[in-house]
Amino acid sequence: MATTEIMTINMGPQHPSTHGVLQLILELDGEIVKKATPHIGFLHRGVEKLSEHRTYHQVIPLTDRLDYLAPMSNNLGYVLAVEKLLGITDLIPDRANRVRVILAELTRIKSHLVWLATHALDIGAMTVFLYCFREREAIIDIYEKISGARMTSNYFRVGGLSADLPAGIEQEIRSFVAAMPGLVDTYEGLLTGNRIWQKRTIGVGKISAEDAIDIGLSGPALRGSGVDWDLRRDNPYCGYEEYDFNVPVRTEGDTFARYKARLDEMRESCKIVNQALDKLQPGPVLADAPKVCLPPKKDVVNTIEGLIHHFKIITEGFKAEVGEVYQGIEAPKGELGYYLISDGGNHPYRMKIRPPSFVNLQALPQMVEGSLLADVIATIGTLDIVLGEIDR
Amino acid sequence: MSEHAAVAKLKERFAGAVLEVAEFRGETTVTVKKEEIVAIASFLKQDLGYNFLCDLCGVDYLGQTPRFMVVYNLYNISSKDRLRVKVPVAENDAEVETVSGVWATANWHERECWDLMGISFANHPDLRRILMPADWVGHPLRKDYPLQGPDRAPYQGRLS
Repeated sequence: MATTEIMTINMGPQHPSTHGVLQLILELDGEIVKKATPHIGFLHRGVEKLSEHRTYHQVIPLTDRLDYLAPMSNNLGYVLAVEKLLGITDLIPDRANRVRVILAELTRIKSHLVWLATHALDIGAMTVFLYCFREREAIIDIYEKISGARMTSNYFRVGGLSADLPAGIEQEIRSFVAAMPGLVDTYEGLLTGNRIWQKRTIGVGKISAEDAIDIGLSGPALRGSGVDWDLRRDNPYCGYEEYDFNVPVRTEGDTFARYKARLDEMRESCKIVNQALDKLQPGPVLADAPKVCLPPKKDVVNTIEGLIHHFKIITEGFKAEVGEVYQGIEAPKGELGYYLISDGGNHPYRMKIRPPSFVNLQALPQMVEGSLLADVIATIGTLDIVLGEIDR
Repeated sequence: MSEHAAVAKLKERFAGAVLEVAEFRGETTVTVKKEEIVAIASFLKQDLGYNFLCDLCGVDYLGQTPRFMVVYNLYNISSKDRLRVKVPVAENDAEVETVSGVWATANWHERECWDLMGISFANHPDLRRILMPADWVGHPLRKDYPLQGPDRAPYQGRLS
């Protein structure tokens, strides 16, 4: 009589579909996954600890290195949390908020493009990978013109932006978002009706709405299970309540549903960017909060008060009132939260990041146990994890 | 500012367990006794609808008594409402009952809290290090853990 034995294999940390340095220990009965145990932490840099030893402004460059595929979103979540801590949220100029929305949505598209590219590549579709990276390059060019960096943007500041938009960039963004929905249609044309794609994604990595909430899924991963929740609409920040957009929700809870939800999100992001560009008016990009925001350069070089302010903010930073705040934003991968505690000093007493990828990855074992080994690949892809954010 | 609705219900149900209620920037923080945390968490989830545990973390108030706080950032997906619950934890008894039976997502959060802050969670199904190597000594997020790593002098000032 034939006997079977459970085989334990290591998947990763160098497997291409483990997206960085995720190690999965899989216990297999033939091709059926009996148990999956994720091992993380290979990239741990101690960002939270470092933040306790830097001024509030000096923490910003640490945040865009968390989810390096969506750096502006990470910057945004952090500066919003500090602004809430300082009580200056209402002072942020309209132009700064609109630019933040434009860049947050471009970042969403940029992040989803990498997700789609690598997800499709994991499953075996090469062409989509090349198309998505071509479009992502256009967003990176916009990033570079605005922030000076292609990846680690560091453009948002507590109180607004580091600088105004460069001349001509609005037209470039407008051209991009005009073309993008058609390009999303192209990706859909390659994948959605494809029988191999459907076989690899429909019914794969299923999770019910109740289980998804319980395990802490958020963002498109949660909305793919039928939970209609989006922080941009439900707990608006940066004036998101003024924009007209839909929150794509699918009820199937499988890999295909999450794929469709993210594609629809890209289309909705284009709508939001267009509306923000329509409403973008000339004006200041930094709050009128001289103890927090750097003075204009002309004041620094022409007035002693400006020079002193600049010197004090750069060398000592600013102090925040004693208190604690939590600010969550709808990042491309889900709820990105920053919990800040101030003891009255010039740096966070404690900063805890709520990284969506970390929590989403926790759902992987229950999504893959009992399914085929090949489905593990598809399920990792559909969770859209970034290990820099998971390990911090 | 009027009292948060959930706080009133918590006070009614767990009168002896609510230690402090604080409001800051429109956010409510309730500090409760750690012995009651599982009962309170269950009540918040089942009766008050806080079905989403956004985040759980530890805070080290070195030099104060009690030294630690475990913080639970909760969210109610139906009412879009947030609430923060904290429990004080003494240094010589740095253990809290796990809430992973209430919200499954607490599993990894508690492992991280144990790993980095050294606060243990009783009855946790799989309490082991998550970000640091299994044989790592110490808990890096504690305030008395050297910023520049073990066997180095405590950091005295800013890096830049």
